Amino acid sequence: MRIRHLFVFTGGLLFGFGLAFGGMAKQEIVLSFLQLKDLGLLLLLGASAFVTAVTINLVPKLLKGPLLGGEFKRRKRTLSKRTIIGAIIFGVGWGISGQCPGSAWASLGVGNIPVLIGIASMLLGAYIMGRFFQ
Amino acid sequence: MFPLGIVPYIVGGTLIGAGVSHIYIATGLHATQSSFFSTTLSYFSKRPYFQQKQYLDSRGWRLTFAVGVILGAFIYVVTLSPEGFFTTSVQWWRLALGGFLVGFGTRLSQGCTSGHGISGLGSLSTTSLYAVITFLVVGILTAMVVQALGVIP
Repeated sequence: MRIRHLFVFTGGLLFGFGLAFGGMAKQEIVLSFLQLKDLGLLLLLGASAFVTAVTINLVPKLLKGPLLGGEFKRRKRTLSKRTIIGAIIFGVGWGISGQCPGSAWASLGVGNIPVLIGIASMLLGAYIMGRFFQ
Repeated sequence: MFPLGIVPYIVGGTLIGAGVSHIYIATGLHATQSSFFSTTLSYFSKRPYFQQKQYLDSRGWRLTFAVGVILGAFIYVVTLSPEGFFTTSVQWWRLALGGFLVGFGTRLSQGCTSGHGISGLGSLSTTSLYAVITFLVVGILTAMVVQALGVIP
């Protein structure tokens, strides 16, 4: 188990470094995308999805399973009203604040401490969803 | 269109994809973000929704992952960042209200910019594609309205 955590941790380092390198720890840059002043966020999203697509679609053909054991599974998501209503509510929150879950962690790493308010609020929002709308 | 250039975005996105790939190749896990909130709440709430097996099984590594993301961003600031530490000027009430909606919405939708955006699109999921288009359009419209109301930045 510990070795798996080590790989998750080092992958997290890359993820957080990349988010900060791409400016995503700054809500101002995310908002400048949402105000259509700087479309760079689309490039970042595209590049990360592209690299991920190559890995997820190619690696299971080359390897029998993950290096540390187990099996490669695809993510299962079925489209429902909840998918879209949830995405609408997320979009409103994103547009109001320029925050999303991953970039909020990266924000803490660059010393952007006010985002702690956002993270606490995200936990509360996730709790209310699971408590009353499940 | 790109006042800050395209290099930070391309390099940053590639590194994010490398991080997700690194975890997937080693463990088969899909390293996504918003599930963290539900899995971490399983430590505090005994309600059946939070006690789902998939949340209990993944809550440990998701904590590890979040710590990695925080430290990765910290390493960037103390090594390559030209301007060092940063504090947003977005008002606290926007962080609070926006954060609440982000937490609620991503868990209802079962994904965020990472889960639907990076891993979902990377998995060629049409469900995620619809979710991404939805939150992009709604996010842009919302930010435009907020700006038009004179709220800066």
